[in-house]
Order: sequence, then structure tokens, then C-alpha cells
Amino acid sequence: MREVNVRLITEKVRNLCMEANTDLGEDVLQAFDRAIEKEESPLGVEILKELKENARIAKEEKVPICQDTGFAVIFLEIGQEVHLVGGDLREAIFEGVRQGYRDGYLRNSVCHPFTRANTGDNTPAIIHTDIVPGEKVKIQVAPKGGGSENMSRVVMLTPSDGVDGMKRFVVQRVKESGSNPCPPTIVGVGIGGTFEEAALLAKKSLLRPLGSKNPDPELDRLEAEILQEINRLGIGPQGLGGRTTSLAVHIRMMPCHIASFPLAVNIQCHAQRHKEAVI
Amino acid sequence: MTYPIRLKTPLSDQDVEKLKIGDRVFISGIIYTGRDAAHKRLFDLLKEGKDLPFDIQGQIIYYVGPTPAKPGQALGSAGPTTSYRMDAYSPTLMARGLKGMIGKGMRSDAVKEAMKKHKVVYFAATGGAGALLAKRVKKAEVVAYEDLGPEAIQKLEVEDLPVIVVNDVRGNDLYVEGMKKYRTSPVSPAY
Repeated sequence: MREVNVRLITEKVRNLCMEANTDLGEDVLQAFDRAIEKEESPLGVEILKELKENARIAKEEKVPICQDTGFAVIFLEIGQEVHLVGGDLREAIFEGVRQGYRDGYLRNSVCHPFTRANTGDNTPAIIHTDIVPGEKVKIQVAPKGGGSENMSRVVMLTPSDGVDGMKRFVVQRVKESGSNPCPPTIVGVGIGGTFEEAALLAKKSLLRPLGSKNPDPELDRLEAEILQEINRLGIGPQGLGGRTTSLAVHIRMMPCHIASFPLAVNIQCHAQRHKEAVI
Repeated sequence: MTYPIRLKTPLSDQDVEKLKIGDRVFISGIIYTGRDAAHKRLFDLLKEGKDLPFDIQGQIIYYVGPTPAKPGQALGSAGPTTSYRMDAYSPTLMARGLKGMIGKGMRSDAVKEAMKKHKVVYFAATGGAGALLAKRVKKAEVVAYEDLGPEAIQKLEVEDLPVIVVNDVRGNDLYVEGMKKYRTSPVSPAY
């Protein structure tokens, strides 16, 4: 049994909110480099270089990569041996977000769905919690912007649609999204589970480092095939034409109901922001 | 195509007529910010026959909702927001003398027609390049609708703001032409 005071969690969440918004991951920068090598559109290459330069400025000067500093999405893995003390966990996380968005000069982008009145402090945050073996607390903060999120979909396909139907839907979604999600994008695909679990699988698949292989060989192959199809669309960086419409396709799959074939596509823009800490 | 054309605001018909889709442009001078809420207010003013809070003749509007400025910054991170949400309002502003719009994403046919009729150009700034674009802003000042917070109309003094011509005065659209040029046929019969 290990005691962890939730004040520690507030502090980590605050710092991770700020860091995620200024420091783009090495894996994304390397993905830009690989794309620059292969991109045939001169304008596309210029745009990719601009994005690299933008990331450098953001990291050096500690300013946000993008003005949409996102809805705070937090993934927690809490060890079974951990006893959280010192207050309400949810409130502690919200306080971390509040402080991070204030101290990091980030934008408050959360509002009432009807009136559109801003909540003023970028809360509430979305919290996904898994209880795991052990005595650690792992916190991942992944702010999600509105533009790419708006292009995402959950669909209950028919089992007879099959793998080809799944591939068609994903490619079609990227085609219909056009320039809206700020290509080049990363496409998160969740397959199976239930309606809501498929969406969560898709979101979690976005956390995998770019350039890494899917541990399942069949899914790894499907990821490569779908990516190739997407990049034949010609949408390109910022939708202005080119061969780099998406940088990666990541799939997570689990068993589903015998009558169902749930599929979720969570589009992520090139500012794939996520940072983690372990307590 | 990739050498930058330097433009200084306010823009004239001659300035915009020579621009072609795909041209790389560096904009300097004064530009105004405005997005959803501000556009609705400007539109309503014009419909009521009233004056706008700033002289729009020859000006450029940038669709942006920036992060708060850090000490030492004129403006926080300032990449473009998606333009189609302003489509309903843009033709009316163009009729009043607006000469340029900066945003991202395709415009409607009505907006493209108005651009041809009133000789207006639509530029794309790179979505997500918020930090880089902010550095080109030397001064920022709220000139209207302070109550809208990040959506207030700000007068920005910019130096070499990098944009790309997406729609020219002849009705061409880079979002359409670009995809056509780089699209290749599918590998598998599934598509």
C-alpha cells in the first residue's frame, strides 16, 4: 500500500498541459523528415518545413505550437496498491488543468454546448482511468484540438461489410475531411468492442509513437495498406495537394458482439501532442 | 512559384489581379482579425446601413482566435481557423471593399463568385504553425468588441506574414487543383 497525495497529481497535470502544448515529440519531427524525403509537391515540402520550424520556435520560446490548445484529455493508470489521499482525484486533475492553462498562456476553449458560453478555465477535462497492477500512478495528458476531432466518426458497420468495408470507410473519411483537420494527419482506428469502446480504442491508438510497428502483424499490414490508399488521395499537406495526406494509421482492435462490427476513426492533426509522467 | 511576392496593405485591384493560385506571398502592414462572432456583428451593421468600426476599404481580415500573449509578445500563438464558417458573411464585406482574407480550408461557391466580382484574394496560412505566425506580428491592438475576448477585432501590424494564394480573382482554387494534380489511382478493387 502506497500513499500518493493528489496535490502531486495536480502539479504533474499542470506541467504536462504546458509541456504538451510547447514540445512536439521527437517521433513527430522524424515523421516530418521522412515525409519531406518522399513528398513530390514543392509547396508540400515547404509546408512540412514550416511545421518543423514552428515546432522549434514553440519549444525554444515555450509558446504553444497551435492556437487551439485543445480540450484536456487525460489518461490515468493507477496501480492497485496506491491509496490516493489529500482530496478528490477529479477535482485535483481539474485544478491541474486550470493552473496549466493559466500559467502556460494557453487558450480556454471549453464552452456550453447550447449557449457557447466559455467555462473560463478550460475545465472540465476528460479523464480515462485504468486500474492496473502495481503501486505507480502514470499520467498522460493529450490535449485534443477541435478541428481534427470534428472530422472523427463512430459507425456500426455490418459484419458482412468485412475488412474491405472497414478500409473503405477509413479512406472515405479522410477524403471527405479534406483540408479541415490540418493535414498531414495521423489516423487512429478503433475496431470492435462496443460503440463507446471503439471510440476509446481509436483515441488510445493515437498515443502510440509515430514510426512504431503494430505488434499484431495483420494489423501492421492493414495500417500500411490503408496509409498507402490515403496518400493516393492527393490531398497533401494543408490540403493544397501532395503525397503526404497522412503520416500514419494506427489500429487497435478487440473482440466485439457477434451481431456487430463497431468502427471508430479518430483523426489527429500533425500537432500530435502528448506528454506523460509517472509518480 | 516558391519565391515570395511581398505585398503591403492596403491592397489595390492591381495588387490582387497579378496573384495566381500557389503564389507564396509575404504580407506586411496592417491586417484585422475577425472570426465567427465579430463577422456576425459586422454583417448586421452593414445590413442596418451603419458604419463599420474600422475602414474596410483595401483591407485584409485574418480568421484567428489567438492564445493569450505572453509578456514580451505582441500576440499569442496565431494560426488560422477554418474559413467556411465565415462564408455567409464574406460576400457582404467584399462588396464594401474587403480585398483579402486569410484562413484555411475551402470556401463556398458564393464566396468564390464574390471574389471574382469584387476582385478579392483568399490566402491560406499554415494551420498549426501558431508559434511561427505569431512571431510575424509586431503590434496588436483591440479596436472593437473587446467583450468577445479572443474573438475581439484586433488591428495587427505584421511583417512578412507567410501565406499562400488559394483563390485568385479568376475563380481558380488551389484546394481543387492541388488534389487533382497529386491524386493517383487506387491499388485495390476495394476502392
